[in-house]
Amino acid sequence: MSTTSQSAPAGRTAGARRGLGERWSALPRPVKVVLWVALALLFYALPLLNPPLLSTPDSDFGSVMFLVAAYGLVALGLNIVLGYAGLLDLGYVGFFAVGAYTVAVVGTMSGRVPFVVLLVLAVTVSTASGLLLGWPTLRVRGDYLAIVTLGFGEIIRLVALNSEFLNQARGFTGIPRPPSIALFEVPQLQWDGWVSYVDFGNTSTFLEFGLLDGIPYYWLALTVIILVLIGDVLLQDSRVGRAWEATREDEEAAELNGVPTFRFKLLAFAMGAFIGGLSGGLFASRQGAINPETFIIQLSILFLAAVVVGGQGNRWGVLVGAAVVAYLPERFREFAEFRVLVFGLLLLLLANFRPQGVLPPRRARRAKRVNEQLQTLEGTEEGARA
Amino acid sequence: MPDTTTAPGAGTAPGEHDVLLRMEEVTMRFGGVVALDRVSFDIRRGEILGLIGPNGAGKTTCFNALTGVYPPTQGRVVFDGQPLGRRKRYQINRLGIARTFQNIRLFGNMTARENVLVGADSHHRSGVLSALFRLPRHRRETAEGDRLADELLELMDLGHRADDLARNLSYGEQRRLEIARALATRPKLLCLDEPAAGFNPVEKQRLMDLIRRVRDLGNTVLLIEHDMRLVMGVTDRIVVLEFGKKIAEGSPAQVRDDPAVIAAYLGVDEEETADDPGTAAEIDDLRGEL
Repeated sequence: MSTTSQSAPAGRTAGARRGLGERWSALPRPVKVVLWVALALLFYALPLLNPPLLSTPDSDFGSVMFLVAAYGLVALGLNIVLGYAGLLDLGYVGFFAVGAYTVAVVGTMSGRVPFVVLLVLAVTVSTASGLLLGWPTLRVRGDYLAIVTLGFGEIIRLVALNSEFLNQARGFTGIPRPPSIALFEVPQLQWDGWVSYVDFGNTSTFLEFGLLDGIPYYWLALTVIILVLIGDVLLQDSRVGRAWEATREDEEAAELNGVPTFRFKLLAFAMGAFIGGLSGGLFASRQGAINPETFIIQLSILFLAAVVVGGQGNRWGVLVGAAVVAYLPERFREFAEFRVLVFGLLLLLLANFRPQGVLPPRRARRAKRVNEQLQTLEGTEEGARA
Repeated sequence: MPDTTTAPGAGTAPGEHDVLLRMEEVTMRFGGVVALDRVSFDIRRGEILGLIGPNGAGKTTCFNALTGVYPPTQGRVVFDGQPLGRRKRYQINRLGIARTFQNIRLFGNMTARENVLVGADSHHRSGVLSALFRLPRHRRETAEGDRLADELLELMDLGHRADDLARNLSYGEQRRLEIARALATRPKLLCLDEPAAGFNPVEKQRLMDLIRRVRDLGNTVLLIEHDMRLVMGVTDRIVVLEFGKKIAEGSPAQVRDDPAVIAAYLGVDEEETADDPGTAAEIDDLRGEL
């Protein structure tokens, strides 16, 4: 009897948690749209609000937020490759570098190329590099793909380091910024403890892309993220998304059910390279200067960590993962060298207690829910028998 | 050659237009092992053909040859007038051959409905642009896929499980979902690899009815099966394999009386008989009929 009384409330809490997701999908469409817009606005305003605790005390919060957004973009791209199509890419930094270098090379060659054209060039070149890398390598499976992509990431960096054309170790400086249209100034919120006041001395200009103020760049990157997210949602709910998922689940069964798996894997690779290049282009422009040391293999591992920590296959999860990976080391800058240790410790804890990631995709969540239900049922059965 | 010898035994003389798939002297060799030795037979449009034989007779190899998993070492497979040649697997599927697997191979983390939709997508062409901009092609194909999925899930009695993950379905449901997924590719030939394995007699009976219903909807079915009773009850014709060779072909009645077939099935060694009570029962049946 006691088992029954214990398991029943457990079942109820599981039901309540489920209710949240269901309640969300039950909301009428206009309400959802309004909530989405509100959420987006909140994120746009975040670096202006400088919320205490969240804000980074030792580095410019706007710049950190841009970094978070750039990582978020990368994570979304890698999520298509790893989360949807199930291809382990250990050299994703390569595409990021290709995008960044394209903007740097073309941008510094002639100052007259419009920024939009630079970005288009960046994604074109990085997508092409993705196709070029994928065409021969996507025929091999699993481990081999990981090794080949790992090599690709390093090759890109080494080429940059050794090529005269790419300025070797010096890299590039004076990378062009997006055109500024200074329309109006937005004051920031400052906090004195828990009391806030509007600081008119510390303003961001809408939209002036400069070295000091990272916020306009953050707005730009956030806008790109929103566009990519919309595309991501549309793609996942289509023949393309299903083909990716089927290929990841069982390649042979997919093939025998009419899915041209190689073509779809290549497509995933190209999409990933596209988004990676886009992020790299934005990053190069924000930094103003890049060199081969910017694109070390560790960055690939961090990108991978973002996707895995967040929950591969879930777009919101990988964004959270990217935020964790980009933000935490900046937030805890005061601990100097220890911050990397703390960061590693956090990753370890996550790997131990949330192996599926912070926000696992619905497939893992659903499986967990079914297990819970089963346990509840078994519990009641046992109770009934007792 | 074997064709001409068995053609008279097959009852009505088949006209050329009747033949949907023709195995022509197909040999499959893996290293030194000859898994199939010059096997020839026809599958006629609209029939249910049973492919039987003791364990290791080469049934699944035969299946793999005609669904393009492995290209034959020698000989060829002609489907609907076209040799399969070295076509890719998905192309063979698009030609109109769909299959299920002996060990269920669903997309476990996708819903039942999505599994069927993947099959339906076999004939769809909408790509990234269609999906991103929700072009008319995407909308048309989505509507079509949804309709087909509803229909097939209903046919396979899975309507109530449509939104459950495939791996959470029961064993029988998973088997039926595989058939639904294969049917969604709109095949001309549906190949079922031991669809009743692990079923109890009631489930087997239900599956038989289902296979017949699928055929009545205009499909041609190739059925690999261990359970002799199931094969006898549902097939129009039967091809019997043993040690990679075709030893008999004909109507169920003809095959049942064929001494070579009886010998092949009685020759099953004891260990295996003990393992598989189904086979033991079948052999008893056969003995009774003898």
